[in-house]
Amino acid sequence: MSQGSKIVTSDFSFYYDSTPALRNINLGIRPKEIFTAFGPARSGKTTFLKSLNRLTDLIPGANHTGSILLDGMNVYDPGLDLTHLRRRIGMVFDLPTPLPMSIFDNVAYGLRLNKMISKRRLGEAVEKALRSAVLWEEVKDRLHTSALRLSGGQQQRLCIARILALEPEVLLLDEPCSGLDPISTASIEETLIQLKEDYTIILVPHSVQQASRVADWAGFFLNGEIVEVGPAYQIFTKPADQRTEDYVTGRFG
Amino acid sequence: MINRTRYLTQSVAKILIWIGALSTIAMMILILFQILREGLPVLHLGFFLDSPKNMGREGGIFTTIVGTVALTAVAIIVGAPLGVGTAIFLREYTRESKTSRVIRFGTDCLAGVPSIIFGLFGFVFFVIRLNMGWSILSGGLTLAAMILPTVISTAEESIKTIPSSYREVSYSLGGTRWQTITRVVLPSALPGIFTGILLSIGRSIGETAAIILTAGSSLVMPTSLFSPSRTMSVHFYILAREGISMKMAYGTGAALILLVLMVNIIAQWLINRYIRHRT
Repeated sequence: MSQGSKIVTSDFSFYYDSTPALRNINLGIRPKEIFTAFGPARSGKTTFLKSLNRLTDLIPGANHTGSILLDGMNVYDPGLDLTHLRRRIGMVFDLPTPLPMSIFDNVAYGLRLNKMISKRRLGEAVEKALRSAVLWEEVKDRLHTSALRLSGGQQQRLCIARILALEPEVLLLDEPCSGLDPISTASIEETLIQLKEDYTIILVPHSVQQASRVADWAGFFLNGEIVEVGPAYQIFTKPADQRTEDYVTGRFG
Repeated sequence: MINRTRYLTQSVAKILIWIGALSTIAMMILILFQILREGLPVLHLGFFLDSPKNMGREGGIFTTIVGTVALTAVAIIVGAPLGVGTAIFLREYTRESKTSRVIRFGTDCLAGVPSIIFGLFGFVFFVIRLNMGWSILSGGLTLAAMILPTVISTAEESIKTIPSSYREVSYSLGGTRWQTITRVVLPSALPGIFTGILLSIGRSIGETAAIILTAGSSLVMPTSLFSPSRTMSVHFYILAREGISMKMAYGTGAALILLVLMVNIIAQWLINRYIRHRT
């Protein structure tokens, strides 16, 4: 399973103080595919995403056992450069979170943090990122107006562009369409399918339908454990586990 | 029957609230009217630009304007960074703990201490102990200590309202804690912090007791941070208290009101422009 995987988790468990949020997660996530982590609320999906780029470090009392390897490198290695890790693993949150600054400054935010970029190259990188997130045409004439004035769907694509600007390897998306209308959702999904040519994508979908539309590989989370993991067509059409089937067919959720 | 009671409650509440609001406004207008009616006729260009003569009976108030601006500037330059720094420490560098509770309790206590006590401390510590004498520096540092609680609590409140998602975004893009604070937290908190500083400027301009004890009440033009000085408020107080000239006292009062008004208008304009620029 770990052969050719971008991310490998081995017996990874995660606790808030002593409350377990994830138990014995064993996963191999393959590069340039969309992996969806789906399941009911409070099943540990968000914790799983945030432990990959160690945003869980911000939570007091968080601790873990087991390991997560990114290209063979332990994410929790104490000697690891956290800034570097987070630039390799970009994250988009469930609600659009543009920072209160211009569209341009939002996309340039991550690039400016390490100051290693000239003004001209910054402009090019911002344009490239906005094009990749399929937002450029809509905002190219108003790059210097506030990002807060964009629509919800545009804001979420801006958040994707903001991450793409850093040229990461992995994208984590935590219910990126939960606050969006169906048309914006469709445009985000199209964007994701385009992006998987270059990136490894881990998506927490906001519905089973969305998971089945975009996923290559899927893992069903329940109460902090992985019930079943496999190719998406198999999980969504003939799951092996009864609980997965019940959830996928809408018997609970 | 029930409906009539409810209707009555509504009307009584409405009347009481109107009385409250109207009497506040009436009081404000009365004060402004009284001072400006007596004071405005005294004001002319020379009043602002001439130094006081004959203890303030004649001439203008120029040296006291300089004193006011200098003392307030020292207070803000010293007090604002310290206060904002403390607020950042409390909100971004510590979790709710014994240390943060002690600091917060301390600042809350300081906020309730009468200004004359700060004056006494400034006199004993800055003026005598550190041998800085009656000076703009002693007075400014005393004012800085006095405004600290205001700056800290307004800055803390302002930082508290910033969504934690902003921080998460900054960290997830590889930002360090310091980068997150300087590029996301502080710019968003700035309007609130600025409001606290504005309140502090108002308190500094209006202070008298603490300043007489620490900066003195010299009418001579200050030449350095170590010169003693008299502020407009102190000037007003002395002119009125010692019966030197009620006419000049009212003039100074009117000038004070105009100064505070001007500071507030400019500050509001700046804040609004900043907010508009960001949203």
